[in-house]
Amino acid sequence: MLGLNKKDVTLLTFVAVLALFAPFILNPFPEGSAMAQFNAGYPDLMQRFAIFGIFAIGFNLLFGLTGYLSFGHAAFLGIGSYAVVWMYKLLDYNVLWGLPLAVVISGIFALGIGYVSLRRSGIYFSILTLAFAQMMFAISYSDLLGRFVGTTITNGETGLQVYTSDPQILLGANEPNTPHLFGLVMNNSFFLEVGAWQFTFNVGYYFSAIVMLVMFYLSVRIFRSPFGLMLRAIKSNNTRMSYTGLNPRPYTLAVFVISGMYAGLAGGLMAAMDPLAGAERMQWTASGEVVLMTILGGTGTLIGPVLGAGFIKYFENIFSKINDNVLHQWFSFMPDGLEDAMVFIVHPFIGKGWHLTLGILFMLVVIFLPGGLVEGGQRLAAWIRSKRGGAEENTKSSTEPAE
Amino acid sequence: MSKTDVTRRGVLKTGAVAGAGVALPTIFTASSAAAYTNEPTGGTVTLGFNVPQTGPYAEEGLDELRAQELAVEHLNGMGDGGCLNTFSSKALKGNGILGKKVQFVTGDTQTKSDAARASAKSMIEKDGAIMINGGSSSGVAIAVQGLCQDAGVIFMAGLTHSNDTTGKDKKANGFRHFFNGYMSGAALAPVLKNAYGSDRRAYHLTADYTWGWTQQESIAAATEAVGWETVNNVLTPLAATDFSSYIAPVLNSGADVLVLNHYGGNMVNSLTNAIQFGLRDKMVNGKQFEIVVPLYSELMAAGAGSNVQGVIGSMNWNWQLQDEGSKAFVKSFGEKYGRPPSNSAQTCYAQTLLYADACERAGTFNPCGVAEALEGFEFDGLGNGPTLYRADDHQCFKDVLVMKGKDNPTNEYDTLEIVEVTPRAQVEYAPDHPMFAGGDLGKCNPGA
Amino acid sequence: MDAFLLQILNGLDKGSAYALIALGLTLIFGTLGVVNFAHGALFMIGAFCAVTLSKLLNLSFIVEDPTQKDFLGNPLKVKTPYIESWFGPEVGSVIIDWSVPLAILFAIPIMVAIGFIMERGLIKHFYKRPHADQILVTFGLAIVLQEIVKYFYGANPIPTPAPEALSGVANIGAVIGLDIVYPVWRIVYFCFAALIIGSVFAFLQFTTFGMVVRAGMADRETVGLLGINIDRRFTIMFGIAAAVAGLAGVMYTPINSPNYHMGMDFLVLSFVVVVVGGMGSLPGAVLAGFLLGILESFASMNEVKNWLPGIDQIIIYIVAIIILLTRPRGLMGRKGVMED
Repeated sequence: MLGLNKKDVTLLTFVAVLALFAPFILNPFPEGSAMAQFNAGYPDLMQRFAIFGIFAIGFNLLFGLTGYLSFGHAAFLGIGSYAVVWMYKLLDYNVLWGLPLAVVISGIFALGIGYVSLRRSGIYFSILTLAFAQMMFAISYSDLLGRFVGTTITNGETGLQVYTSDPQILLGANEPNTPHLFGLVMNNSFFLEVGAWQFTFNVGYYFSAIVMLVMFYLSVRIFRSPFGLMLRAIKSNNTRMSYTGLNPRPYTLAVFVISGMYAGLAGGLMAAMDPLAGAERMQWTASGEVVLMTILGGTGTLIGPVLGAGFIKYFENIFSKINDNVLHQWFSFMPDGLEDAMVFIVHPFIGKGWHLTLGILFMLVVIFLPGGLVEGGQRLAAWIRSKRGGAEENTKSSTEPAE
Repeated sequence: MSKTDVTRRGVLKTGAVAGAGVALPTIFTASSAAAYTNEPTGGTVTLGFNVPQTGPYAEEGLDELRAQELAVEHLNGMGDGGCLNTFSSKALKGNGILGKKVQFVTGDTQTKSDAARASAKSMIEKDGAIMINGGSSSGVAIAVQGLCQDAGVIFMAGLTHSNDTTGKDKKANGFRHFFNGYMSGAALAPVLKNAYGSDRRAYHLTADYTWGWTQQESIAAATEAVGWETVNNVLTPLAATDFSSYIAPVLNSGADVLVLNHYGGNMVNSLTNAIQFGLRDKMVNGKQFEIVVPLYSELMAAGAGSNVQGVIGSMNWNWQLQDEGSKAFVKSFGEKYGRPPSNSAQTCYAQTLLYADACERAGTFNPCGVAEALEGFEFDGLGNGPTLYRADDHQCFKDVLVMKGKDNPTNEYDTLEIVEVTPRAQVEYAPDHPMFAGGDLGKCNPGA
Repeated sequence: MDAFLLQILNGLDKGSAYALIALGLTLIFGTLGVVNFAHGALFMIGAFCAVTLSKLLNLSFIVEDPTQKDFLGNPLKVKTPYIESWFGPEVGSVIIDWSVPLAILFAIPIMVAIGFIMERGLIKHFYKRPHADQILVTFGLAIVLQEIVKYFYGANPIPTPAPEALSGVANIGAVIGLDIVYPVWRIVYFCFAALIIGSVFAFLQFTTFGMVVRAGMADRETVGLLGINIDRRFTIMFGIAAAVAGLAGVMYTPINSPNYHMGMDFLVLSFVVVVVGGMGSLPGAVLAGFLLGILESFASMNEVKNWLPGIDQIIIYIVAIIILLTRPRGLMGRKGVMED
């Protein structure tokens, strides 16, 4: 089906089901219960899961297949966002104009940066991409480009946004003044109430999720294609490949551009969900984040990057919001002294301490699960299988990475 | 894609609770359900406190959070009531807002526009926050203000000093209690003239982003109006940690005043570096060389240590003020946390009370009603004397403080002293002043 | 001319911090083959050793003084450091005043210990793992370390001044008849950096231990086959690298008030320095550190900035790109190191 083998169809179906039912899966706790703090089924976070999923999938195409570690991928994310917001400013709020442009422009930038950076390999390549991205960050943060042309290009640290004085030449009389796709407003949500649960179905989320599924499918096809095989050959032995008379550069450049376009699309989608393009999107920390997502999830696996993206975004958005008040609510069933003690123990890890929790988890995952979360999943599956007493063949899963 | 911590037991337990009151599934869209975004229907109302909790401004954010918690306490009738006793409007009764108990949720802006919008969105979408309060940088304030305008909730800005927040980026749903670059200039210029004379040559070092630019523009204009000359304006990268290569050229530039348009870590470092180079011990053009830091904060002054001694700057508010409102706030804050509040803390505290009061007076949480109640609102008793929330641009007008680094601080909080309280009339400006031009307040948006 | 010399001086002084950090980073990389993202955190911890010592020296007993009031109107609590009561106010205050230089002695054992614990407890298990894993685990460690420091010291910068005697300015241009005024402490920092760099090189060059380590850097396996316990020596080198980073941090505190994320501020830059210098090359790292420091200083001169606005923000990256494109392995890198 769709040019995929059976295993990949299963994986794709699995991801599709996860994506389509995310509003249910992510909201397991009833409204108002103490655990509702852990619900992630609200539009903004679900959108972020999908968008950073795309970003990480694209990054993994480059890093997972060829082993080239780019430390400047956030630059393409930012470019995508700026392209979309500029289209809002010049044309109108329909996301259809901006998204293709985001992909094209980030592709052009990736071609230029990739062409130069890929002349080197290893850490020299990483530092070249980092240097380009940091330059672009500095240029957008202080709007240096705008200083030369005399108008604002990136609007500096505030971020590029749409003003009522902008041309918006296609803007119709009844058109919504927030991002939409032919009148389908991204911000709109439908709510389903079942008992104490409330589930949110957001237009923007489903739009991003569908884009993500298409991108996921594309990446599966690339992984399985002769092109993908060639890239893996580059990773395993670059020199030998050159000896066979094949020049690896065009292949790596091609995948660098594709990967940059993924990032541009993700950046474009961010602006499609929320009409603002901030310069911080291009900073090295953002580039580092996608590296972490990919490694954390499982480099070179298909689903790993998506899991890693979800993991990090979940911590950033959920753990940072737990404060002492919430803790006191959780532990309120305990006697006073014990309650305070528990709050005191947990306190450093939540709220303003969410970085600490994330750092510890990075370390734990990479120490105990070298293959990332995917390996964790495999081990769990293997363990369950062995528990079932199945002397079934479990050789397959251990020899083949889950892709 | 999904990461959910479901324990089977938890699901069974909660499932049982929910099962007791099974209702038929209902589907509705946001617009059909409520008159405005997050209309509170139960016995509580939720406020969203969005402050930096990680990154360089984390201390600032922490102090804002303390003040906001205190405000919630006072609104709910706990504690000593703080400024509720001194506030000129008596609409608040200490029984929550409009009879609903006040709750709050917190988020981390990380001092990044993106992260700040994400956490504000999560508070609005997930926790049902009816307003967003706080923040510690202008970029973030403007980004979140735009978001709140689109989402249909009220935004109260926290610490933001750029002219743009209520200038070209002003929004109908956003209000700012803090002062701005123009007001700093207007308050500082006469004091600087008295202290250092009108024949001065100023060298500006300016952080290269929006806030820095607007403050530099304001200070340069105000000091030039009293006769100073602006010798040079050098933009410094935000990421700079060592300012020595920007300070060194000042020595031979012929300037006799250095103006540091920096904030936060930038300001601590640039001031420290300037002192290292012995600038304040120098004589230039027959005059003592001076340094000016137009925007002060207590935390940054503490970070710069003894380097602030004798350096003049401006502030929105300070705990040493002796009016009834300030005294009441400092007392409750000090008794609860054992330290005097910072000026950003005071801003967030006052904003929370003002929002609650506006709801009471409007009789609704509807952002349009609240905004109307706040527009043109004149009050007193929250510090800084008689205060106006101007309707034209949602900027707050009140007295501005000119501060000076204290020579002999007695403790870590006692780093600055008040030189002058500049009366409100002196810092007022027309809503269409060129430094604030180009924006459009738009119409208030209730969301639904 | 004065301005030009001043910027060279300034560049050397900035460069000495870069060079010290890059030196430690390269030591670790060259000996252990580990990409250590936590190296910036070691620099930060060094700085906080100085903060800690100054806090320890300032430990005070508190006497309530009823004649003075604090901000709430309660009697003011007057603090007197124990040191001053033990040694008398004069000697005591001198000790407190010299807390930063004293912190060097305090920091060396702490940093070496931290280095040992890091290497034995964590890094050791990552020798055979891919560089990506090393990056992730050390980055995680860096976050954990800085969050721990933040938990105890807060996020605000903490002023840690230089001793009174060393905090003024000196006219060092007077010798050659020019007027070049420069802060004394920055000159001290430069000399200190030169001393440390010199000692590390001398140690590697002229001792047997150093010779074995250099041999190990060139070909670890062969040295191992010769029956030399290279692992133990590498652990010691890690401790030394940590101490170098820590000392760089200690001495840096009077230049800029330390805060918990100062390590991250230096991290990216120090990697650029190391790579521009050439992976695994100690002289390269030092050279690149000073070079980039000087270039950064020149780029921030007004004459240059007027001509190319914003150049000071991106100069380092432009130079890095140019160098890496013209010299494939940085200034002095060896072939085959970190190229796959």
